[in-house]
Amino acid sequence: MSDKPKFAMYWAASCGGCEIAVLNIHEKILDVDANFDVVFWPVAMDAKYKDVEAMEDGSILLTLFNGGIRNDENAHIAKLLRRKSKLLVAFGSCANEGCIPGLANLSPVEDIVNTAFHTISTDNPNGIHPQISYKMPEGEIRIPTILPRLKTLDQVVDVDYYMPGCPPESHQIAAVIDLVVQVLQGKAELPPKGAVIGAGNSTVCDECQRKRNVKTINSFNRIFGQAIDPELCLLEQGIPCNGIATRSGCNARCPTAGAQCIGCYGPAEGVVDYGARLISGFASVINSKDPKEIDTILDGIPDPTGQFYRFNLAGSLLKAGAPAWKKNGG
Amino acid sequence: MTQRITIDPITRLEGHGKIEIFLNDEGDVANTYFQIPELRGFERFCVGRPVEEMPLLTNRICGVCPEAHHMAAAKAADAVYHVDPPRTAKLLRELLYSAFYVTDHATHFYALGGPDFVMGPDAPVAERNILGVIHKVGLEIGGKVIQARKYGHTVVEMIGGRKVHPCTSIPGGLTKGISEDQRKELVEMGKWAVEFAQFSLKIFNDIVLGNKTYVELILGDIYTHKTYYMGTVDSKNHVNFYDGKVRVVDPEGKEFVKYEAKDYAENIAEHVEPWTYLKFPYIKKVGWKGFTDGKDSGVYCATPLSRLNAADGMATPLAHAEYDKFYKTLGGKPVHQRLATHWARLIELLYAAERWVELASDPEVASPNFHTVPTETPTEGVGIVEAPRGTLTHHYTTDERGVLTKVNLIVGTTNNYAPISMSIDKAARSLIKKGTVVSEPMLNMVEMAFRAYDPCFGCATHSLPGQMPLEVLIYDAEGNQIRELKQFVE
Amino acid sequence: MTNNKPFEPVIIGFTCNWCSYRAADLAGTSRTKYAPNIRLLRLMCSGRLDPTFVFKALANGADGVMITGCHPGECHYLEQNYKALRRFQLMRRTLEGLGVDPRRVKLVWASAAEGAKFAQEVTSFVEEVRALGPLNWGAGENGRVAEYQSTPQEALA
Repeated sequence: MSDKPKFAMYWAASCGGCEIAVLNIHEKILDVDANFDVVFWPVAMDAKYKDVEAMEDGSILLTLFNGGIRNDENAHIAKLLRRKSKLLVAFGSCANEGCIPGLANLSPVEDIVNTAFHTISTDNPNGIHPQISYKMPEGEIRIPTILPRLKTLDQVVDVDYYMPGCPPESHQIAAVIDLVVQVLQGKAELPPKGAVIGAGNSTVCDECQRKRNVKTINSFNRIFGQAIDPELCLLEQGIPCNGIATRSGCNARCPTAGAQCIGCYGPAEGVVDYGARLISGFASVINSKDPKEIDTILDGIPDPTGQFYRFNLAGSLLKAGAPAWKKNGG
Repeated sequence: MTQRITIDPITRLEGHGKIEIFLNDEGDVANTYFQIPELRGFERFCVGRPVEEMPLLTNRICGVCPEAHHMAAAKAADAVYHVDPPRTAKLLRELLYSAFYVTDHATHFYALGGPDFVMGPDAPVAERNILGVIHKVGLEIGGKVIQARKYGHTVVEMIGGRKVHPCTSIPGGLTKGISEDQRKELVEMGKWAVEFAQFSLKIFNDIVLGNKTYVELILGDIYTHKTYYMGTVDSKNHVNFYDGKVRVVDPEGKEFVKYEAKDYAENIAEHVEPWTYLKFPYIKKVGWKGFTDGKDSGVYCATPLSRLNAADGMATPLAHAEYDKFYKTLGGKPVHQRLATHWARLIELLYAAERWVELASDPEVASPNFHTVPTETPTEGVGIVEAPRGTLTHHYTTDERGVLTKVNLIVGTTNNYAPISMSIDKAARSLIKKGTVVSEPMLNMVEMAFRAYDPCFGCATHSLPGQMPLEVLIYDAEGNQIRELKQFVE
Repeated sequence: MTNNKPFEPVIIGFTCNWCSYRAADLAGTSRTKYAPNIRLLRLMCSGRLDPTFVFKALANGADGVMITGCHPGECHYLEQNYKALRRFQLMRRTLEGLGVDPRRVKLVWASAAEGAKFAQEVTSFVEEVRALGPLNWGAGENGRVAEYQSTPQEALA
């Protein structure tokens, strides 16, 4: 039996990118092994839900929880791990704010199932949809229930720390591991509860190397529609870059590579509703006073809802689209 | 009195999976059900998004192989805009893709599939993982695997902008190119990768092929299925991961169909069952006849083994020599033994590394001409690549602004949902018979049936992978638990 | 939800200190009748209107939001009402994508002297929103509007 503090990592409705990001700390993974007893990490090792249930409450020192709460199994495990963990970290954009799967909140769940089970290549003449409980000749078999809307981790349980990013960059993960090890050795203090860790306090613009001037946008352009100046701010070129309201910490990798920031690091410090902030920022720099001309310029953003809430819908003030609210439950 | 064995959850599948095994009165397997309990809804919520975002949005289908979705989406978006990217863009995309394949296949072999062979399926449980492999073959292995992953992700970041979830593909090409210095660096890394691939094949040759028991295991009937096989091939019918036509051969190895991306829906259909969230693709022209083998059943497989079966050879010399050796050793084409997929995967690893060097050596890779602005009105398009786990199809329809109105995705592992279910069923039936005690080695052998397909996840080089937690609970008809067996469950 | 009373929309109004709030004031002191459904919040300028306020209002029980400011060219701070205009237009498009009828958010210019106009705009807006029906954002979950806990930091936002 090990004396080392216990560590767990779990994936709810996730893509696995957070796990890969952790592996991409390469040799540093040995620091995790040296300082912790990994007791639950379904992707990598043996423990099962039953084993977590058997653990004492609060006996896991640190749990990194990634993935959104999409079905009742995810919610159940979130509550279980909350009970068993001293420190629960919402790890990655899905757990923090819903991330891309949160876009499913624009539709009622039945639309999602309908679409998946009636695609052009789906052979489903009888309109079969998955049943959470189905009686086979041999017995009843079950699958989890999809919840009416995807939830963030803190909409389900109390969260101690937030680590944003889709996925969190490996150098940030390494830094957080270093910090935790130092805390274990009594050389550092944990940040206050509820803090955002593994990220910066500013916006992506702060880390971006592109040249900036006063912004006067006369049109919004699609990124593929013209040659891009590799040195000038993308927003100034009319490319809708979300860096202005997105938290720093990623080293502005996407704008460095010539692609607009899509906002995967979540809201910057102090932002209550990410989409609202972006609307405000984009609207501020439009160079027009005439409603009709403004409309024409705004036509350059064909999907404002996705542009402004791409990663953040589930974690925003409105949390979901009206159709999802109206159709599900209640 | 029906007994029931539940295995939940399966780990090392993207998302989650669950197996239910029902026994009949005699104690033989009556039926097995492999259920997928998750659905996120990409095909619905991508509607309304601009098509140039798809290489970014579909990355998030899978964080282990985002590169595959990124490329399929990029090609589909190109098709939607009827634009042909410049040669430099295609070279760079395929180069990124080849490096990604090296990383991905290496991770699977060393951390997941390999340990079963290197250590042996009967080896002590505690040793059947990457650490055991390192102890048996040498410490340098761990270092090499970490290096292979490092190099692979360096290439992905250099061309794709980020290590996970690349961001540089847009309709018409890329947002950036590389410099001549970077190109040279890529050639050097590629050459290391070729050596690494040969090193890996040597391990397989010495430890697995040199062991009679393993060879018998590979050739054994328990893991053999005769189905159709699918893979993408170039104009010479050689395996290509990035581009070409999709070729399907029948269980006897004869070409059944070869289709272009845009014709996928005439060739593939997806069967639905009400007890799972995932659908079962099958060959449309043969038809769905249930979970069975044979020429009359539309079940097909899309894995490294399938790709080799569906092709006439490999496009690079070292890999092709291994390809010939593979079929000579296993008694000709096609090979039906699913455990041979591990070997096929290493041959693909070698091809990917050679291709990496080939592409990086082309001077046009460093040209600044990496994007063509699309001029046509967007309509509809299909993009297909070979994901490491199988043929990946993205089909988009947009309005005149390029905003999506319809999305259809057939994802790598999905192709194999039916064959995986069949492999699990066959393994369970072969091992659990009247009067058999369900034991630990049996659990591992059910695992091996599943793991050969590399179901969409590779994992830690370090933390004891290859030990899938299995807990077998046996209930009598009244629901009383009468037996419990565990492996790797503390 | 069974009652015989007509639906009374809850409207949140953001008025700018220099023009439109004074117009509201004028309507009050002139005893001009206007629909009592609107709750007014005073900002120094319509340019202070952060779309966050609108989303928060809608998420917490408002059926409609009215934003008022000085006429174009007459902003006390020179040009900030144009920012309000641009934000309003972009916000409407976003709300539409979220399935919220864009007619639930309205922008009105009113000078300090236009008390009657202000009153009339409010009254007609209330009727427009009444016709659209209750928004009941988040009511799908439990029949009630979603609860929202305000923290000091957010109250300052």
